This record gives sequence, structure tokens and C-alpha cells, in this order.
Amino acid sequence: MEDCVIEVKGLWTQYGDNVVHRDIDLCVRRGEIMSLVGGSGSGKTTMLRQMLGLEMPSRGEVRVFGISLHGSDAGQLRKLRDRWGMLFQEGALFSALTVYENVALPLRELRALDDELIHDLVIMKLDMVGIEPRHASKMPAELSGGMVKRIALARALALEPELLFLDEPTAGLDPDRSESFVTLIKELHRELQLTVVMVTHDLDTLVALSDRVAVLCDQRLEIVGTLDEVVANTHPFICNFFMGERGRRALEAVRAVKAIVEMT
Amino acid sequence: MSQPAAEPDVRLTTVSGGGRCLVLSGAWNLRGLESRLTELMPRLAAYAADKNSRWDLRGVEVIDHAGAMLLWRAWGRQRVANLTLKPEHEPIFKHLDIPAEPVPQAVRRGPLWIIESVGRKVLRVLDHLATMIMVLGQVVLDTVYLVRQPALIPWREISSNIYRTGTQALGITALVGFLVGVVLSYLSAQQLKIFGADAFIINILGISVVRELGPVLAAILIAGRSGSSITAQLGVMRVTQELDAMAVMGIPQTLRLILPKMLALAVSMPLIVLWTNAIALMGGMVSAQAELGIGYIYFLSSLPDAVPIANLWLGLGKGVVFGFMIALVACHFGLRIEPNTESLGIGTTNSVVTSITVVIIVDAIFAIMFKDVGIS
Repeated sequence: MEDCVIEVKGLWTQYGDNVVHRDIDLCVRRGEIMSLVGGSGSGKTTMLRQMLGLEMPSRGEVRVFGISLHGSDAGQLRKLRDRWGMLFQEGALFSALTVYENVALPLRELRALDDELIHDLVIMKLDMVGIEPRHASKMPAELSGGMVKRIALARALALEPELLFLDEPTAGLDPDRSESFVTLIKELHRELQLTVVMVTHDLDTLVALSDRVAVLCDQRLEIVGTLDEVVANTHPFICNFFMGERGRRALEAVRAVKAIVEMT
Repeated sequence: MSQPAAEPDVRLTTVSGGGRCLVLSGAWNLRGLESRLTELMPRLAAYAADKNSRWDLRGVEVIDHAGAMLLWRAWGRQRVANLTLKPEHEPIFKHLDIPAEPVPQAVRRGPLWIIESVGRKVLRVLDHLATMIMVLGQVVLDTVYLVRQPALIPWREISSNIYRTGTQALGITALVGFLVGVVLSYLSAQQLKIFGADAFIINILGISVVRELGPVLAAILIAGRSGSSITAQLGVMRVTQELDAMAVMGIPQTLRLILPKMLALAVSMPLIVLWTNAIALMGGMVSAQAELGIGYIYFLSSLPDAVPIANLWLGLGKGVVFGFMIALVACHFGLRIEPNTESLGIGTTNSVVTSITVVIIVDAIFAIMFKDVGIS
């Protein structure tokens, strides 16, 4: 049996007559980075929200760490929520709180840690994502988009999650920033042995991070597999997505790097 | 699923060489430590006091930054010399040396902070006045422009605004007007009974409702209801960059957004005032009949004699001015909202508070200016 951190079984999503997901099964394995890919409106973000329990599927079941998100008791779900972190597309930092308070909030909510330990942990998390302590007292409105994303990541990591969800982690960042953000996520993934589920449109991010890719199109999961397996698929959407001008460029770049690594 | 890890624990053992060795085991992560923290922290501190002890972390199943930070602090923020741990846990200890730079605290207030803050408030009020006059000026210019080119008058916007600020407010103004009429009439009746001056209830109700209460009540309700929605609407347009999009396309904002709202409120406010007056008088009439036995027919037929018609015109005139002022204040605050959600909330609150204050100030000015009109 596969060691699934997230298990999606027979998932249907329907809004009126509009079917978004038709009987989807998916298993996210422990320790991998799984990317969800699909065209606009194919229900990637909806699926991510269903995995987080923010939305209810019309039919089917989502289990995270073996716990069913719909139908488990509140105590179990609360414990579950301490084990995952989510990076929202726009950061979703609390606008009324400072940077420091934003990251400290989930730790304070545990009501088990003293203020000094919280302080050290917050400063460490901010340091890990490259935010200096002098920015800690700023309000989210004073920050640039890149900083908001990094602080949101620090907040998502505050509770030492085993599972991290990323919604468009590099959208809205300049190439340099998204590069360093990708490196950051890679490092954290390696060090903390995180399982990561990511929704992205950005091919470079996809190629750089994913262990496996799940392609959503025509209401189904067309294929789940490594990047090479996915690229070999001949479905028109996949061809357009990966074999278009931009896709080829991103793939070529990563292959060249791999070749160099293999040679040395 | 992996097996749930054992509880975190630390044991003191003595090694053959005579030194002390601290053996850690279990899950040293946030979830494992959460319940045991109060017990473990003093023990760790006591063990760490002896700098020569060895630390064996090989028995630790999982460790995360919280657990590592706990140890790090017990060690006095440095790595102890005799430390053995699993190689896969090594990276966790990499980030612990956090910068000691303190988090900047809020700036302390200087000795003259009262003067400073008062000065800043005065400047802000002046700034508000200046921009409000600018909005007003722009609206006047737009009006002149529209008078010259009547084809460009935004009829549809005006009409939809009249519907939203006028028609949709009929229910709430009727309810409040009726209840105030009942209460006012009931209280006055109690007093008038003492003097046997029952018939004067019509004068009291008529003058107070038509001249003062009707317009002010309606204006306060409209300021809270429509004023806030105008500010919020403009603010949301700022947040979502719709205002910028209009500016880029060259669509004049004041002409399409501000002017229709002002004209609409200036038209619908007097009508709302008339409506509130009628309902409030009806409430008063019901109450007067119940308390003093004054018949409806008598009440209605003596009303024109008791209340000179000038009062009605004064009330309606106030309505026009109030409507105009509410729209001006609401639009002014809406346009000043900055593109973030917090500013939206503050702006809307300020808009309502200011427009209600402005309504009452303007009402006082009216009372002084027209003190000889309509009251014989």
C-alpha cells in the first residue's frame, strides 16, 4: 500500500450543471512535491481548497493523514490543522497585525509556549525566509509583494507542519525573486522533510520543484507521474502546456542542467 | 501512516569514563512537546548547567525547529561541544543562530506629543476641507460643462442612484418615522393633559416633525445607509483599481461617479423627507387619538392652520442641502481611501460619522438663519 499523506477518492465537484471534477482519485505520497497543473478554470485551486477542508466536494472523500476531512470530529480536525500549513496566493497576512504578530499568531494559539520561546521561533522562521528582524514591526500594507509572500511562508511554517500547500507560490514575483523563492522552498523541503502540494502556472517553478505532476483537464486527472512521464503524454492540453514555446524552453534548461550534473 | 512517536524525554546516565551523559528520546517536535513543555524546560536547564556533560540525541525519533530551539536555549544559545545526533537531524540545527538584533519597538512619545497630535489633527482637518472643496469645485465645473452639453448628462446613473438611495430607503425611514411620531405624541400628550391644552398636540407635532425631526431623521438614516454604501463602493473601486482603469480610459470620474450621486441624493432626499414627515405625523395622529381622543379628521383639518406652509418648504430645502452634503462627504471619503482593506474600513466609518456631524451642524445653521420664518 502506498503511504499517502493526502488521499482523494472518487471526488466530484459540481456547481449546478457545471461539472468541474469527475471521479478523481489521487494519492500524494509522503515527502514528495506534487504539482497540480491545469488550464484556467480546471479546478486546481478548488481541489486545493477541498484538500484543506475549505470547500466540500459534491461527492467523494478527501483524507489527510488518514483523517477524513468531512465527517471527522472537531477535535481531530483541529489537531490536523496544526500539522499543515498553507501559503495563499496573495499571502493572506492579517492586515491588522504586524509581521511579527502574524507569524506568532499560530504559535500563540497553541497556548503552550512562553513568550520568549515564541519570540525566538518567530525570529528564526523570519530569518529562514530571509526577513530581517528590523522588518518585524512593520504592517503588511507597508511591504512589497515578495516580502508578503515570504512572511506568509514563514507563517505557514510556524507550526512546523509536515504538509505544506502552496497556491501559485511564484505568481507576482520578478524572475530573480521567484528563483530565490523556489530555492527556499527546495531547501525547506529537504531539511524539514515536508510533503508539498503546489498549484502553479509557472513552468519554471513547476520544472524546478516537482517530484510528480498531476494534470487536471476535461474534468479528470489526465495523468499523474514524473515530469518526464507527463511530457511523454500526447493529450492536446499537455502538448500545448509543455511543448509550447515557453514549455520547451523551461524543459530544455532543466535537461541541460541535469546533463551537466550527470557529466561531473 | 507512520507510527506515532514516543513522548519526548531526557534521561541522565553516567558513562564509564565518569562523565555525565544526557540521553534524549522520543518526538522532540512541537506536537510532542506541547503538553510536556512546562515539565521539560526546567529539567533541561538544570542538566545544561553542567557544561561538561555529553548530549546524545541519537534516540530522538523526530525533531523540528521548536524542539531544537528549546535545546539551543538550554545550551545558552550555542552548540554544546559533546553532541552526537543523527545525520538527518543536522540541518535542523543550522538555522538556530538567529540574529540578536532586537525587533524595533514603537517609537516613544516625545514630551510635546499633545501639541504634536493636536497640530497633526488640525492639519488633517484642513487637508480634508481642501480636498472636499476641490471635489466640490470639480462638480461645479462638471455641472457647467453639462449645462453646455446636455447630451452628456448621465441620466442612467442618476436614475439608478435615485432608486438605490431613495426608493430602497422608503421602508426604514417609514419605520423609524412612525415610531418617533408615536413616542413624541405620547410624551407631549402626557404633558399637555396637565394643562388641559390637548389641541396643541397638533401644533407641537406639526412644527417639530415638519421643520426639524423629519429632515434630520431622514438625513441621519440616509447618511448611515446610503452614505456608507457610496464610500464603500468608491473605496472598493479604488482597491480593485477600477478607478485607475477609468482614469486610464479617460472617463471623467467626477462626471460619471460623483455628480450623479450628488444630484440623485439632492433629488431623493427632499422626497424622503416628505415621506418621513407624512409617516411620522401618521404615527403621532394614531397616538394622539389613543391618548387624547383627537379624531383623525380633526387632526388633519387643523394641521394646515397650526403649521405655516413655510415650515414645509424649509424642511424640504434642508432635505436638498442635506442630501447634497451627505453625497459630498461620502464621495470625498470614498476617493481618499487607499488601496488596502484596512483603509476601507476606517474610511467608511469616518464617512458616516462626518456626514452625520455635518448634517447636524448644517441643521443648526438653518435654525439660526431661519429663526423668524414659519414660527408665529
